[in-house]
Amino acid sequence: MRTGQNTLRAKIRTLTDHAATGLAILSTILVVAPLVAIFVYLIFKGASSLSLDFFIKIPKPEGESGGGMANAIVGSGILLGLASLIGVPIGIAGGIFLSEFGRGTKLANAIRFTADVLNGVPSIVMGVAVYALVVKPSRFMPFSGHFSAFSGGVALGIMMIPTVCRTTEEMLLMVPHAVREAALGLGVPNWRSVLSITVKTASPGIITGCMLAFARVAGETAPLIFTALGNSFWSTNLDQPIAALPLQIYVYAISPYDDQHRLAWAGALVLIALIVIAVSLVRYVTSRGVLKGAS
Amino acid sequence: MEVNVNVPEIRISQAQLQPEPASAGEQSRADSPAVEVSAIRSFLLSRGNSAFADRVFHWLMVLCALSIFGIVILIATELVTGSQLTWSRFGFNFFYKAFTDPDTKAILYWDPVNGNFSALPFIYGTLVSSFLGLLMAVPLAIGVAIFLTEMCPGALRGPLAFLTELLAAIPSVIYGLWAVFVLVPLLRQHVNPHLSQLFGWTGFFNDDNPTGLGFISAGVILAIMILPIISSLTREVMSAVPHSQREAVLALGATRWEMIRTGVLRNARIGIVGAVILGLGRALGETMAVTMVIGNSPEIHRSLLANGSTMASVIANEYAEASSDLHLSALTEIGLALFAVTIVVNAIARLLVWAVTRGTPAQIH
Repeated sequence: MRTGQNTLRAKIRTLTDHAATGLAILSTILVVAPLVAIFVYLIFKGASSLSLDFFIKIPKPEGESGGGMANAIVGSGILLGLASLIGVPIGIAGGIFLSEFGRGTKLANAIRFTADVLNGVPSIVMGVAVYALVVKPSRFMPFSGHFSAFSGGVALGIMMIPTVCRTTEEMLLMVPHAVREAALGLGVPNWRSVLSITVKTASPGIITGCMLAFARVAGETAPLIFTALGNSFWSTNLDQPIAALPLQIYVYAISPYDDQHRLAWAGALVLIALIVIAVSLVRYVTSRGVLKGAS
Repeated sequence: MEVNVNVPEIRISQAQLQPEPASAGEQSRADSPAVEVSAIRSFLLSRGNSAFADRVFHWLMVLCALSIFGIVILIATELVTGSQLTWSRFGFNFFYKAFTDPDTKAILYWDPVNGNFSALPFIYGTLVSSFLGLLMAVPLAIGVAIFLTEMCPGALRGPLAFLTELLAAIPSVIYGLWAVFVLVPLLRQHVNPHLSQLFGWTGFFNDDNPTGLGFISAGVILAIMILPIISSLTREVMSAVPHSQREAVLALGATRWEMIRTGVLRNARIGIVGAVILGLGRALGETMAVTMVIGNSPEIHRSLLANGSTMASVIANEYAEASSDLHLSALTEIGLALFAVTIVVNAIARLLVWAVTRGTPAQIH
């Protein structure tokens, strides 16, 4: 009787175990399925609409077929360049402070926490704030008073700062103390030791972090809608509205024209290719363990 | 006896050793040219004092780090000053009041023509779509995290983790594009009719919307988008649970699932809650994909298949071409509300995740 009960319980327990395993595998499949679907659609739809024209021509007027997104690709490049110019130095400097000067202090903890929270602030809110700061007429800001490439770059740059700051800090923390002590022991001034010893040792990781932040803002659309605005003509002027790849994809995706839908798919493929290359590079660098021996 | 023998020996050796280094030092001091010492000293002196440069560098870094506070304060002040107009006009009513159209007597929440604005339909839309997204994403994310940390064969773990990370790297607008052309038609043709047939009697699934755009579509795309962040954080928290916990439970004769339930999930639950709240923060602020599939109508419907609008989507849709200062101010106030809510949600989530991954021992009941 007792053994019978015990085997029954054991059976139920084994069954529950199998059921849980099955559910875990099922949920993994359910998660991977949409990813595969997205990539398959992107590659098939995108590749079939991709042509040389896409890279060298500007958009045709609505309803006409043909045309490309050359202006959007160049525009995205300008916006991202401007964003990196703002976000990367400030972010790295913030990371240096957190790791080299403020380690363990209350100020550093507060900054670290704020950076993490800022990372979660929706990009559209960032857009509204930058609109109020730069796009509205203002005496303190250059290029203010209208939609401009500059305002778009500022919005993206501000979004890069917390990400770059936190990854820089994490990478610098992995540099062993002995390296810093060796530099200081040789009589190198502290700033020199930080810049050309500590930061240089961690540079592969820091570059990785910058590229992750870059990849993240490369696909941002929401803050550009009312800062860079978009432009269907050639423009490389920082003072004028400028086209951007994600913005153009958004506009074309909700337009009623089939031809623009095709361009949207092609643009999405180009954008995702850039991002996947960046992320894989990052993964390659980090998995190679450039810094693994250093912890 | 032996002790007595040893002691003098030591004394002798000490006596022998002591003069040697002294004499060696004297020798080297005498031999080495005095020039070398002064060369080092002159080199050090010629470089000047680095204290000034160090101080400048230090404060430069502090300044850049403080800019993160600056950004938060800047955003907050810009949003507060930008929404003054609406605040003075509607006050707290802005968040819950409904207006009636003077001509048709219909209930209107968002009426730029007559200058009446209420954020209620957008708050409702944000809450409903985020809740739907979480409802679908959380069980799946925890399932994936369990599979990856506890069950997955080593060869599969790397690629699967990479795939879920990739899911996080896809821009929102591309999710939106995919949703508009693939997900929405799929739901419209194969899912929504069944939902309304099976559950139409509840009133939540009245299928009178031929477009397929609406809360359900927004919820599904949100679920796909917030899955990676929840599952990767859950994975992080679960792998922070010490192995001894797992071994202890297994040693008591538990099956693998019992081990995961009592040994891992129970210890990691605070962190998992943090991960879910972080996912909620993402869902609340998600803009582009939701804007593209929710239908964008400022109304409140009971049916989840109906069109709606979220706080983020209304800003994305109307900000660039707002018709009046009041309209712009109302949109800014919605942005302010969104900012405040996401700051609070993210802060709570971060504190919870930190509490676990920092090594604070989780309590076992």
